[in-house]
Amino acid sequence: MYQSQTVIGQTVGAKNPPLSECVWPEGGLHYIPDWVYTSQEVYDREMELIFHGDTWNYVALEAEIPNPGDYKRSFVGATPVVVSRAEDNTIHVFENRCAHRGAEFCRNSQGNANEFVCPYHQWSYSLKGDLQGVPFKRGVNKEGGMPKDFRNQDHGLRKLHVTTHHGVIFASYSDKVEPIEEYLTPEILADFNVAFPGKPLKILGYYRNELPCNWKMYHENLKDPYHATLLHSFLVVFGLLVAGNKSTMFSDSKLGRHGYMGSAKSDDLYAEVNPETKKEMRSFHDGLRLRDERFLNYVKEFDSPWSVTMQTVWPNLIVQREMNTLGVRQIVPNGPNSMIMQWTMFGYEDDTEEMTRHRLRQGNLMGPSGFLGLEDNEAMKFVQEGVRRSSTDLNVLKLDADKIGTSDSLISEASIRAMYQYYRSVMGF
Amino acid sequence: MLMSTKNKFAYTPSRLDASTAQALRVEIEDFNAAYCAVLDALQVELWPEFFTEDAIYRVTARENAELNLPVGLVYAEGRDMMYDRAVAINRTQMFAPRYMLHMVSNTRVIDQTPEGEIQAEANFLLVQTLVESPSTVHLAGRYYDTFVRSGDRLLLKERQVIYDTTILANDLVYPV
Repeated sequence: MYQSQTVIGQTVGAKNPPLSECVWPEGGLHYIPDWVYTSQEVYDREMELIFHGDTWNYVALEAEIPNPGDYKRSFVGATPVVVSRAEDNTIHVFENRCAHRGAEFCRNSQGNANEFVCPYHQWSYSLKGDLQGVPFKRGVNKEGGMPKDFRNQDHGLRKLHVTTHHGVIFASYSDKVEPIEEYLTPEILADFNVAFPGKPLKILGYYRNELPCNWKMYHENLKDPYHATLLHSFLVVFGLLVAGNKSTMFSDSKLGRHGYMGSAKSDDLYAEVNPETKKEMRSFHDGLRLRDERFLNYVKEFDSPWSVTMQTVWPNLIVQREMNTLGVRQIVPNGPNSMIMQWTMFGYEDDTEEMTRHRLRQGNLMGPSGFLGLEDNEAMKFVQEGVRRSSTDLNVLKLDADKIGTSDSLISEASIRAMYQYYRSVMGF
Repeated sequence: MLMSTKNKFAYTPSRLDASTAQALRVEIEDFNAAYCAVLDALQVELWPEFFTEDAIYRVTARENAELNLPVGLVYAEGRDMMYDRAVAINRTQMFAPRYMLHMVSNTRVIDQTPEGEIQAEANFLLVQTLVESPSTVHLAGRYYDTFVRSGDRLLLKERQVIYDTTILANDLVYPV
């Protein structure tokens, strides 16, 4: 838990209602009730119906486990799992819980192994999660040991379904979730394939931080183009995103749960902002210029109308393509008031050294110390504190009020409404 | 598989005689005290002045360092990039007000080249205090530094800030 929450992190009782009291307010999608962010029972139901439901959850990139025996710790929802590559190159995902006494046996964040051995009683599992060995299975001197009918195959690790697309690994608890390409829907898949064209990736490194906010806020923030033009003056000043730029806020047309925010950078390094637009943006700083402009160079390496897309794949993945800085972010829910974000920054195997350095320089935009990244984290923390401790309990979502889903205007909350329309149908609200 | 065998952040014994190392250590401790005083005072626009024109500054998790991964939570090639960051923090960025307090200890001088380049390390603790909040250990780690002389003062040619803190609390606003 965020350390400051030990002092002032109380949730007002009324903000932590049981499910039976969670009734969506009048006014439909123009309001979000605070309890979606603060109720423990709502959170528990989300883990069951969403993260353990009919969804594909991002767990790792294939480039992280390129060789047989390579593994890494990951999560599906809040549940710890291990992602492993077996001798035959197949990829497996299983819960990080020994079938014997429940120990979380895999302790290294990544590595290479021939098998997994629980340190407590040394039960051993194959790279596919099958139970291989139980010490003293037949006892000692014909005493003790497992009953005769104990069969190893009945006591393997809890395995998940696994799929991959162009080097990205997903897992699911569901037997009936559709194939990943269908799950993503055609337009989202097309944008996904821009950053993941199927060529080998090169891992550049990791960030990991706790955001003291509900996991859904992260989706909402990336379905909220309104904030981007206001909160992030850095974007505005340098023309990465300006109200009036060519842009889109796309929601998948099937269920509205995935989306991407896209914008096309103009050819000028710095943005021209007309006086009328400027008036609306308090954070606008006229005449701010960089000393080192290399950082804003955009190497046009992709066949896409957008120089920037931030893609949300329900329920736990963000694909970041901010000009040339690329990354995936994995949402790990951590109770209603907290989430862990695991960032994996990458480039491509065929990048030149200069291109890698360019990606690293541009990486200063994003991440928990990024010029944009940290502002989002701050804002979402403020929202969670507000919804936990206040006496009023509604969020207003009336921008572009008649629309649900894709919008070409940045001054719109239509995409957030699409997500909540879907959310309500899954959760029964 | 990426393993820590190529870990350039492993323990390195000092290659200097005791009296040379001791004299340099005092100088570096003075440098770090001034460096931290600037950051603790939140005068971030003075921070780039502790570096050479072409210096490298990186803040990254120990996990990345051990796996030889180049990413930085903060990554600056040259003082101009540091200056841009300082200005962004001071004049454009939105974040809650906070105090930062650096504690630096265990300074070790590893080596000095004939040209006067000094390689040194020191541990740090970074304590953060938000409005109405307790003081918390925000980051724990170690500086891996290369100093050069410019006139009568030391400047950083490279500072690698390698932190152990596997989960950062929300964000890191100021340089370390």
